[in-house]
Formats: sequence, structure tokens, C-alpha cells
Amino acid sequence: MNLELTVNGKTQSMQCEDRTLLVDLLREQIGLTGTHVGCDTSQCGCCTVHLDGQAVKSCTVLAAQADGSSITTIEGLAHGDALHPVQQAFSACHGLQCGYCTPGMIMASTDLLRRHPDPTDEQIREGLAGNLCRCTGYVNIVAAVKQAASLMRAAGSQSA
Amino acid sequence: MYPFTYERASSLQHSVQGLRSDPEAKLLAGGMTLLPTMKMRLAAPSRLIDIARLADLRGITREGNTIVIGAAQRHGEVAADPTVRAAIPALAELAGHIGDPQVRARGTLGGSIANNDPAADYPAALLGLDATVITDRRSIAAADFFLGLFTTALEPDEIIRAVRFALPRRAAYAKFAQAASGYAMAGVMVAQLDAGIRVAVTGAGPGVFRWREAEAALAGKWSSDAIAGCALDAGALNTDLHGSAAYRAQLVRVMAAQAIDRLS
Repeated sequence: MNLELTVNGKTQSMQCEDRTLLVDLLREQIGLTGTHVGCDTSQCGCCTVHLDGQAVKSCTVLAAQADGSSITTIEGLAHGDALHPVQQAFSACHGLQCGYCTPGMIMASTDLLRRHPDPTDEQIREGLAGNLCRCTGYVNIVAAVKQAASLMRAAGSQSA
Repeated sequence: MYPFTYERASSLQHSVQGLRSDPEAKLLAGGMTLLPTMKMRLAAPSRLIDIARLADLRGITREGNTIVIGAAQRHGEVAADPTVRAAIPALAELAGHIGDPQVRARGTLGGSIANNDPAADYPAALLGLDATVITDRRSIAAADFFLGLFTTALEPDEIIRAVRFALPRRAAYAKFAQAASGYAMAGVMVAQLDAGIRVAVTGAGPGVFRWREAEAALAGKWSSDAIAGCALDAGALNTDLHGSAAYRAQLVRVMAAQAIDRLS
């Protein structure tokens, strides 16, 4: 089938099978391999991207369902060399080890922070319920999201 | 997945026609159950008719003493909706604990109840709140809608348009979630309706059911200790790798007590 979607701000027309998953379109046809396939059973969240502004599991979305929509992947968060505050915080707080879950964690975290700009630890943990990490035990991930929230609030109040 | 044809529905009637003309066609809304099932090759529809954007299936409105929620409303939308949160907070809370945030961005009310997974949350809300399922051709009371394991009263080409919930006097939902999947091992909706008390249980049996002994006990005294002696037949409940029927029976008691205590 023919689709048109906007990925990280760039609108493109593509062709794929009706059964092509969004994650496979992103990784294999567009070459954006920052989005990962972890479990293929919709549990781990490594495949998380933003679809029309909301975090979704791209392994459980058909590319066809995204026709006409806007997608942001992990590659679309930074502005040139300027990392997104969530990326900065994950780095500063050692919120990753192997890094496999990290793009999905970051995409889920940015959506979480949009909904809860000043989240409690419990809101962070619940907000990341769709993302599994086998390395870290989540402690530094929660710390990273907390720090990112604080960076983003500070930046918000500076630009106000 | 096996190959299939994808199409976007142009209208509700067009979707009904699509189902009627191809018995192997299936509706696609959120896809949070259907797509994983197809990825595992447990289902192989010939055609998917995407109804997620149909205006006829969208909307949350207050109509007198009821709320009408469109079948294609996402769980996250129901959870965040100010009308639902004000009128039936227990329903918003239930929706807000389905799956995880990414699932709630996609999964829909209509998809959940049409599928009737024994561990889904919404069936407990519909049965516990005496809701009405509105389809393209009729209205079906919740008590008549859920017929058993993955089975509903829907005809093969029938499409859910919306669900109407009467406002309860009070309601609460408590769920013991299986840690990996988030599905209910026992989810109990307790409600005080004008028509009486409801205790609707999901996750524990082959389908949602009312725990009538508990309803009768609560009518006498609204307290979690009123249900302590109520019979609950573990023989009718599920045993699987996550837990035995006896364990589920215990979870039902604990979750029911928690929900009751929240309203005490």
C-alpha cells in the first residue's frame, strides 16, 4: 500500500505491505534504527515512538494505521547537537547500561513529562509501566526522569 | 503475520457491509489485542477494516443521568476525561489502569468489550454499573452481552457504537494485576446503584460475573467484614500458570474488601 507520513518533521511517501509493522517501516525502510524490537509481544516498550504526540508501541501498530500521521523517534528529539533534556538527564544520572531499552524509555518519559511536568516517583514508575529494563533495576531511570522534569521546568520558567 | 488487506472504514454502514461480505474480515480499532494475536499467527483475518477514526464511534457526552462513551474512545481518553472523572470516577480510574500508558494510547472501549477477554477490566465496569451496549442495530444490557470466554451477544456483522453508563450513587474498582501483563487476576467493581448493589468480578473466572452472595450481604451492611463469610465457589474459577483457583478466590475477597473500604 501507499502511505504518507511525517517522521521527525520530514514528510515522505512510502510503499509497504499492508501487514508491515510501524517499527519495521521505521527501522528497515527509513533506516531509523534507534527504535528497537525487544520482545515482539507488546510488553517491553523498546519500540516506543510518538504517534501524533503520544507514546505508543510501534511493534503493535501497522504502518498503515499511521498513514497521514506524524511520528517522532528517538532520532528526532535532539536539535542538532543539543540533546533533549531527557537525553541529558539519562546520561547524567547513568540511567542506562546496555542501552537497549533506553530509546523506548526516553520516548515514554517525554510523553509522561508532557502529562505530568512535576511527577512524583510513583507517577514516574507508573508512567514507565510499559517499558522493561533488564539491566538497571530502574532506580537511575527514575532519577533521570526526575532530573529531566526539573531541567524542563527550569527552562520553561526561563523562557516565560 | 499472514498477509491481509487493510482498509480505512468510510462509514459505519460501510464497515457493516464489509463484515457481511467477507466472513474472514475483522474490525481494527486500537489493535492492542488483535495485532499481537495476528503476530503470533493465532488469527489470520483476510481483511482489517480500521474503524478507529469513525466519528460515529467517538465522543464522550453526559445525557441526563447517564454518560455515553463512543466505542472508539481510547482508554487514556476515558481516564483523563473531565466528564467521566466527575460523574463516574471509578470508571476513569479503571480505564487509567488498563495495560500501560502506551496501550492506553491505542486500546478502545469497544475493542475491549467485543473481545471479552476474561481478564479485561471493562467488563467488570459494564456489569457492575448495569451499562447498556449500543450497537449499529440495537441496545444490549451488559447482563445479556457477556456470554463467556471471548464470547459476546454480538452478531458476526454487528458493530458496537457506544456504551451508556448510568451514574451510580457510588462505585469503586480494585484490581490485583498480574505483574508482567497488567491483566486482572482479580478485578472487582463494587457499586451502589439506584437498582441495588453490584459486585462484578473479572479476571478470576472464565468471564465476568456478579458475586451475588456479596451483594446480598452488603445490602444488609455496607462493610468489608460483611462479605467475610460469603461463599465463593473456587471450582468455577481459573487455574493457570499465574495462580490457582483457590488463590484467585482469595484475591477476589481481598479486592472486593478494598473496593468496599474505599467507599466506607
